[in-house]
Amino acid sequence: MHKHWHRPKHRLGFLTVLLAGFMTVQAAAAEEHSIPAERQQELIHLLVQDCGSCHGLTLEGGLGPPLLASLMADKPQAWLRQVILDGIPGTAMPPWRPILSEDEVGWLVSAMQKGVSNER
Amino acid sequence: MNGNLIFLRRIVLALLMAGVAGCACADKAVLRGTGDLGVIIERAAGSVQVVETAGQSMLARVEGLGNLSHASVVYSRDERFAYVFGRDGGLSKVDILRGELVKRVEQSGNSIGGAISQDGRLVAVGNYEPGGVKVFDSNSLELVADIPAEYGDGGELSKVIGLVDAPGQRFVFSLWDAGEIWVADMQNPGKPVITKFTDIGSFPYDGLITPDGRHYIAGLFGEDGLVLLDLWNLDAGVRRIMPGYGRGEEKLPVYKMPHLEGWAAAGDMMLLPAIGRHEVLIVDQRNWQEAGRIAVHGQPVFVMARPDGRQVWVNFAFPDNDTVQIIDVPSRRIVKTIKPGKAVLHMEFTPRGEHVWISVRDEDRVDVYDTASFSRLATLPADKPSGIFFTSRAHKIGL
Repeated sequence: MHKHWHRPKHRLGFLTVLLAGFMTVQAAAAEEHSIPAERQQELIHLLVQDCGSCHGLTLEGGLGPPLLASLMADKPQAWLRQVILDGIPGTAMPPWRPILSEDEVGWLVSAMQKGVSNER
Repeated sequence: MNGNLIFLRRIVLALLMAGVAGCACADKAVLRGTGDLGVIIERAAGSVQVVETAGQSMLARVEGLGNLSHASVVYSRDERFAYVFGRDGGLSKVDILRGELVKRVEQSGNSIGGAISQDGRLVAVGNYEPGGVKVFDSNSLELVADIPAEYGDGGELSKVIGLVDAPGQRFVFSLWDAGEIWVADMQNPGKPVITKFTDIGSFPYDGLITPDGRHYIAGLFGEDGLVLLDLWNLDAGVRRIMPGYGRGEEKLPVYKMPHLEGWAAAGDMMLLPAIGRHEVLIVDQRNWQEAGRIAVHGQPVFVMARPDGRQVWVNFAFPDNDTVQIIDVPSRRIVKTIKPGKAVLHMEFTPRGEHVWISVRDEDRVDVYDTASFSRLATLPADKPSGIFFTSRAHKIGL
């Protein structure tokens, strides 16, 4: 299951990913302001504590792969958003669409790529 | 006048401090047992609290244990030392009588938990990265054996889960990626004899051993069902139990992997968390057939039997993790639903089950409940508490 993570082009056409990724970079910048500061705190808490239950409390990996900024930075945003929203069927990654809005996921992806200091 | 007052205060303060110091010295000289002690993991701070259950208080905090998300603990057979398995691959030996870290080794990059051998001399750790099991001398924490979880043709390493001890100086564990169960015979500690069971099913996520040490059961994430191995008869191989319990229905999202370590056996019935269904499954241990199921509040994480087996307490995965439900085993009914607070991560019963300690991570509390009246008796402050482990585990097979 690990392998799929490193090969997004197997799930989406490479060009699609490239284009979508380019477009969402701009979208994400706008979203940053649309998520209230309080909600941003909740999202970081969720990332560290609840995503952390599989991906590790410092996102260094666990049953799920590491989500460290150094590894996330070059991943296409559209693909990361899709993975979070819809999960990866056949693996332990669940869909977060029932819990999070698309804007919130967009914000989280940007935050992950920038790096999240371990919330205390 | 003002100067005199300050002087007086200083004298009083000095006397008080001398008194406190005197008490501390005296305390160290007082003999005590450890049967009412336990450890609470403070997952973000990398510390553990040493607590006592008779007076429900903290005795000491031991720091510097690394990343303790998903940390677990086993005890030496004298119930003096706690072995703490951290997510970052750290294995720490804590003297709970002295409240001190005795030794810490960083034995892997990423680990999931461990077990202590039947004779108490070996501590084994199940690792995600690099996938496998490492076995240490419980006294010195020197490496005794390294068991890489190799599978397939390419020498890939699988993440290891569900590591337990079993009678006959054995460790049993499952390979998440490979779908295998391995039994490691440690009679000759430096040369483990491994028996492998392959193609057991897709993604075993955790394992348990029955209290008599006879049956190892692995839960499957990749398909509906569980896998049973009779450790009294390895030649019989593995068999599938409760196949297709999901009845082909689409799974609900699982936001936290359930644990089987907190197995619940009550009489002939074993209660287990379903995967992707908001149900607790009941298995009849006489024939390993489904004996029923109980609809619950969310995805169960821990399904823990009170030591007398009359009640089973269940907590849940995100986003239902503010709730605990109590099942009355004879009637198979939920008799109580409580909301201890945001992010209930673990529950631990006192040795004979009159109380249960519940960690409420996001509220930085551990609450003590009376299991007869369900009333909250006490609250202890704790920094993002997760696992709670009492020393009574020292003498239970598989814990």
